[in-house]
Amino acid sequence: MNHQGDRTSEQQRVILHVEGLVKHFCVGRSLAFTRRARAEQLVRAVDGVSFDLQRGETLALVGESGSGKTTIARMLIGLEEPTGGEILFNDQQVQRGKPNRSQSSLSSHRIITLRDLRRKTQMIFQDPYESLNPRATIYEIVTEPLEVHRLARNPREREERAAQALEDAGLRPAGDYFLRYPHELSGGQRQRVVIAAAMALEPELLLADEPVSMLDVSIRAEILNLLRDLQRSRGISILFITHDLGTVSYFADRLMVMYLGRIVESGTTGQLLNNPRHPYTQALLSVAPVPNPRLRRERIILQGETPNPLNLPDGCRFHPRCPLASEICRQIDPELQISPDGHQTACIFPS
Amino acid sequence: MASEPIPLLSVRGLSTDFIGGGNAAHALEDVSFEVYPGQTLGLVGESGCGKTTTLMSIMRLLPSSGRITSGELLFTERDGRVSDLLALSETEMRRYRWREMAIIFQGAMNALNPVMRVGDQICEPICHHEALDKKAAEARVDRLLDLVGIAKSRKNQYPHQYSGGMRQRAMIAMALACEPGLLFADEPTTALDVMIQAQVLELLKSIQQELGLAIVLVTHDLGVVAEVCQDVVVIYGGKVAEYGPIDAVYNHPQHPYTQLLLQAFPDLNRPGETLASIPGSPPRLEALPPGCRFEPRCPFSLQVCKERDPALRKITSESGIGIESGKPGRPVLFETTHLAACHRIEGD
Repeated sequence: MNHQGDRTSEQQRVILHVEGLVKHFCVGRSLAFTRRARAEQLVRAVDGVSFDLQRGETLALVGESGSGKTTIARMLIGLEEPTGGEILFNDQQVQRGKPNRSQSSLSSHRIITLRDLRRKTQMIFQDPYESLNPRATIYEIVTEPLEVHRLARNPREREERAAQALEDAGLRPAGDYFLRYPHELSGGQRQRVVIAAAMALEPELLLADEPVSMLDVSIRAEILNLLRDLQRSRGISILFITHDLGTVSYFADRLMVMYLGRIVESGTTGQLLNNPRHPYTQALLSVAPVPNPRLRRERIILQGETPNPLNLPDGCRFHPRCPLASEICRQIDPELQISPDGHQTACIFPS
Repeated sequence: MASEPIPLLSVRGLSTDFIGGGNAAHALEDVSFEVYPGQTLGLVGESGCGKTTTLMSIMRLLPSSGRITSGELLFTERDGRVSDLLALSETEMRRYRWREMAIIFQGAMNALNPVMRVGDQICEPICHHEALDKKAAEARVDRLLDLVGIAKSRKNQYPHQYSGGMRQRAMIAMALACEPGLLFADEPTTALDVMIQAQVLELLKSIQQELGLAIVLVTHDLGVVAEVCQDVVVIYGGKVAEYGPIDAVYNHPQHPYTQLLLQAFPDLNRPGETLASIPGSPPRLEALPPGCRFEPRCPFSLQVCKERDPALRKITSESGIGIESGKPGRPVLFETTHLAACHRIEGD
């Protein structure tokens, strides 16, 4: 791989460094139709998340709706501004807005503009029925990012790159698809178009937000295999967001389990699947569907839903739903503890 | 088992066409299966294979372009009489919906009326179908909400104030409003989180035990079927590809489509394994291939597969592929015959 600059090899291996990332949303301010103005409240969507993503690695972010997975992805690509914390992409700080704002002068890091960041990071959204412009042809959809980033010198090169991207995504021959509209394609083909448009920019990092959850099982496998092949041949890094541990076990090198804006457990896929230490991970694993009736097992079904992030419980955030919770869990908010083998758990009583 | 169990619903040779745009689309052809009291039957297949059409044909809720061209829907009444639902008039049929069989529609997010209180929506079928006064109906709504685990205080709220899981619970409560014996659940857990999915499945199981319901679960998720069903029907292109007890179908799948579907499902117990994908797409129902419907996508296709459509054949340890004799398995209520439609099965 061709690295630039004179950083140490350790830093070069890390494509994404996230430190203490926080995103709070204000709600309750001047809502239309409310009679009384409610006091301003904070939703702690992401509350202190740190991780590194290595080059060529697939890191899966697992959790229920509302755990903050998508908010993290949106911050990584610059769609949301973090409330706090640091994101370093290739050891560069993301510059938002105009230059010479306070953030850059205080930092020793190099700067990457939002525009460059968005060329090197691409996102695949969940629903290929809604993420494609219904009035644009497939050619327009795939060439638009090339135009925006002025990556093709002339129309011919643009067409070649679009054709290459579509064929790499398994839509062959690409020419047959150029003039078609999204509604003419099946769900799996649409998701391939989304992947082609993202890959046309030759990104270094792909954020895949539940890329297969809307697709049929047979098509799911095709898309997962495609992503895995693209990753292996291009050496890109993937942050894979999902609530489905089955998909993850197939796909990811490392897992991070999120609960209410925090990482509760992280480690290699093998560590988490074979030896989950946090009770939440254990519960998630126990309810993941296994396509074998002989393996029906004891399932740990958590009652209720993820608590309202407006009103976080004291102590460990998981204690109201935790089967192992004791008095101390109501008082102490456990930090992520790292064990010698790199397995991290935020639990007072890890198993 | 003392006596031969009587099926609650016996679907025999059900065929449904959709007419429009010149050609008739054969959405269902010769679909047969049986549902027993207290049993959960899984109906599995890709989008567009006819799962929902099967349910809508049984409920006789097909759109105006849909026609049931042949078949029998034999329903065993509470007094033991057997009647064919297809022979009933529309007025008579109305007596069966909600009271004898009810449906949990796909997409709980959008199936509830957004401008009506949830409690009132659950009350509506009760008031329509049963001679109960307001007070008794209200009391039943409270009982139903309790059954599905929704606090009574939320009865007067609107669907948007509910989370996805709660809406699905409300849909289940509504389907149970007139105490049916047969419940159809059309993708009840699709679009729900894993934990909420587990809660809803657990709820369906406990309700089934409490009320002795028969459930037909339509899904494309083989994991869900493995979790809750006793029997499974695999549908491909509007025809039954394989049908049998879940243990036999999952551990000795006979139809290549079932085999590939199972291999395409990411399994926690086999991490890192390459997933099988099924190239191509399901057949267009208005232009079906002359032979086996799965032939264009089948990796084991033979010449005969292009010419003749295979019939469902009984699977025994001699005829089946990869079945060792003396099969172990969980104890089951009654044994459904394992059937599959494929030319590779011996003796064809």
